[in-house]
Amino acid sequence: MPVYNLKVNGQSLSVEADEDTPLLWVLRDHFDLVGTKFGCGIGQCGACTIHADGVATRSCLLKVSVATEMEIKTIEGLSKDVSHPVQQAWKEIDVPQCGYCQAGQIMTAAAFLEQNSNPSREEIRDAMSGNICRCASYNRIEKAVQQAASKIS
Amino acid sequence: MKRITTPSVSRRSFIRTSALAGGGILIGFNLFQACKPEVTPPTDIVDIADLNFNDFNAFIKIADNGMVTIFSPNPEIGQGVKTSMPMLIAEELDVDWKNVHVVQGALDTKNFTRQVAGGSQSLRQGWEPLRQTGATAKQMLVNAAAAKWGVDPSTCTTNKGVIKNGNGDTLGYGEVVKEAASLKVPESVKLKDSKDFNIIGKDIHNVDVDKIITGKSLFGLDYKEEGMLYVSVVRPPAFGKKLHDFDATEAKEVIGVIDVFKFGDKIAVLAENTWSAMKGKKIVKAKWTDDSKLENTRDHDKALIDLLNGKEFDTMRADGDVKKAFAAADKVLERVYESPFLPHNCMEPMNFFAHVTDDKVRLVGPIQTPAGTARRVASLLDRKPEEVSVEMTRMGGGFGRRLYGDFALEAAEISSISKKPVKVVYSREDDMSAGIYRPAIKYKISAAIKDGKLTGYHLKEAAVNSNMYGLIPNFFPAGAVENYQVDVAKYDSNITIGAWRAPYTNFLAFAEQSFFDDLAELMEVDNIQLRLDLLQKVKGNTDERIQYSPERLEKVIKTAIEKSEWGKKPEGVYQGFSSYYCHNTHVAEVADVVLVDDQPVVKKVTCVVDCGIVVNPLGAKNQIEGGVIDGIGHAMYGDFSFKDGEPQDTNFDTYRLIRMNETPIVETHFIESDIAPTGLGEPTLPPAGAAVANAIKAAKGVRLTKQPFVKNMENKAVLG
Repeated sequence: MPVYNLKVNGQSLSVEADEDTPLLWVLRDHFDLVGTKFGCGIGQCGACTIHADGVATRSCLLKVSVATEMEIKTIEGLSKDVSHPVQQAWKEIDVPQCGYCQAGQIMTAAAFLEQNSNPSREEIRDAMSGNICRCASYNRIEKAVQQAASKIS
Repeated sequence: MKRITTPSVSRRSFIRTSALAGGGILIGFNLFQACKPEVTPPTDIVDIADLNFNDFNAFIKIADNGMVTIFSPNPEIGQGVKTSMPMLIAEELDVDWKNVHVVQGALDTKNFTRQVAGGSQSLRQGWEPLRQTGATAKQMLVNAAAAKWGVDPSTCTTNKGVIKNGNGDTLGYGEVVKEAASLKVPESVKLKDSKDFNIIGKDIHNVDVDKIITGKSLFGLDYKEEGMLYVSVVRPPAFGKKLHDFDATEAKEVIGVIDVFKFGDKIAVLAENTWSAMKGKKIVKAKWTDDSKLENTRDHDKALIDLLNGKEFDTMRADGDVKKAFAAADKVLERVYESPFLPHNCMEPMNFFAHVTDDKVRLVGPIQTPAGTARRVASLLDRKPEEVSVEMTRMGGGFGRRLYGDFALEAAEISSISKKPVKVVYSREDDMSAGIYRPAIKYKISAAIKDGKLTGYHLKEAAVNSNMYGLIPNFFPAGAVENYQVDVAKYDSNITIGAWRAPYTNFLAFAEQSFFDDLAELMEVDNIQLRLDLLQKVKGNTDERIQYSPERLEKVIKTAIEKSEWGKKPEGVYQGFSSYYCHNTHVAEVADVVLVDDQPVVKKVTCVVDCGIVVNPLGAKNQIEGGVIDGIGHAMYGDFSFKDGEPQDTNFDTYRLIRMNETPIVETHFIESDIAPTGLGEPTLPPAGAAVANAIKAAKGVRLTKQPFVKNMENKAVLG
């Protein structure tokens, strides 16, 4: 089995895995980074969102063999001490219900605010509409992204 | 409110104390009176790590330094009980919430019957016993301090974990825990007056929020153990098919696949990691044969309509004589409402860990019914119930799906065969096609009008496999109409069904509240006034079966009129009204709809809720916002059909769930109350669909009677 060297959250990690293994399962099963969630496996729900070279990416569709060239950041690497403005806003607004989708929501929001730190409400709603929250905590996600944006800009 | 009762508490049988090896006091308690009275307390000095929770279903640990750990008993599915149930204990214990640490308790398989997440009942049933427990612990600490000082305990007061006597001396809880542990449990304690609450009624953040937003291991899917194998299961592709034979030669060649074997009508693919298991599963060559009828949605539709038009019903409630009322009527209104099957689609797909060995069966995972599941596993594997243990992880949603332990039984059986610790993991496709759906249901509602008055109301239900539960016929408008009847009939299918958030009422409320708007139109009266007038007739009704309070329903309706600025919106904003009682909670909702390119868009929902005392407003509002949007999402988009027994949607590319750009803003208002709290996980969902449908009627003049609205073909002009 081939060995892949990956850069995850600033660390160099290597894994022996089948070449078509999605990065999602390498993160979860091999690296114990279980914050990145499995929801659909076809890039439709956003629960597995990570940053690949700073871009919000569905790790269920990113093959490990392709990810070797990229800087990967997961929810575990977003901040050392829950200090990222998006995490702070999530905490202050108390967004989660079941909490399962929230890491993906946070990663999507963090990448989006990197690109657009002063978004309109409609831009936020569009940017976040790729992530499903089955508990429908959407009102709070929306508010939290707005609040994080106000702190970043 | 006379019909809401909280269980009485026999403290002596339900509270025991022990001194802890590491210092501190441990107080064990049973939450619900359904527990057996004879329980064995942990004896003498115990080590908390050794506790197997076999005696009590919850514990408070107070350490020497005054830190309090509360082991929360009930499963957490996102409804917030892991935060709100410990709040009740902490309130009466009188400690600072910031010194409270909450830990998920495990299952007691022997003694208790309601360690369940379901029916929006956790807070309602825990209200009295949880506060009693906190108060009892506090009294014991006070008694210990008073003895130390040589004063009368009644001269002592407490505040945030500190006891004070009349001389101004103080002792922290942690300083008297050792003494308190050896004291007698007091016979009776006084609970706080609600005006003295320091924690109840305050915005308390989700106790797991830091772990959630940093991606810590919390959920069943995150759980792993050394040597554990991941399992993908091949299940019959259609209801009505069974396994004939299979060839796993290629699957076994997949890197990481360890073993493939048959169990029952399923095939287990065991692998070193999830991906290998899923990949192996896809290339197992299975042959299936027909076992029973392969059903189609078209057949269900016809069968249910035939039932509604037929004569074979079970009558669940009959007041007066509806037949006579309809025969004498000046006008009759009749409407049929139709809903599809729905999958639950918890974001965390079903999964469970099992390790079956000669001496025990260990189960770990997300489950709403740990006790029932443990019993079923024991029976399946022919083991003694006490050999089975269940640890509950946080759940990535439940919505009723995790009431059914089918996935845990699979894991147990596979571990039993393979002699390995295993975790069964469903793909989304597995999750959506493995069964246990909200059943397809149709309602026919008829009303008889005589001399401008509603004289008869007849509700008929036709459902797949199972009909409404017994309390529902006693909801509104029972008691308000002289001649009133509820009839049910069912069609037996091989498609498995089960509870789905707010079972039955999730669609019945849509039917009924849509119907009342049309009824008002036919009667040429105001739609809300019609409801209020009917409620007047229920006031003073002594029928004990009636579940709702007309006064409380009236209050939420009137408050919703005010808060939503009903009838006062600018031109172009169309409002729809809906009110409902279920799960002991009274709700009224108003949806504001605007037209964008002539298509209706829901902009805002005003939701007024009477759930008694609001324990945690921050968490409560989250439940309400989610319930309303979930209700709208499924009414608009939720569709699930079968062809030859096979589910036609298996993932989110074709199965549509509501997304952020489609959501209204939900504005919540609570009715101030000092009545014991009632549930919030379900009751705001049922009325949401009708509020939207009634607003769409106002906007477009078209009545929607089928869900999902987007596939409502007769109304293609409305929703495209």
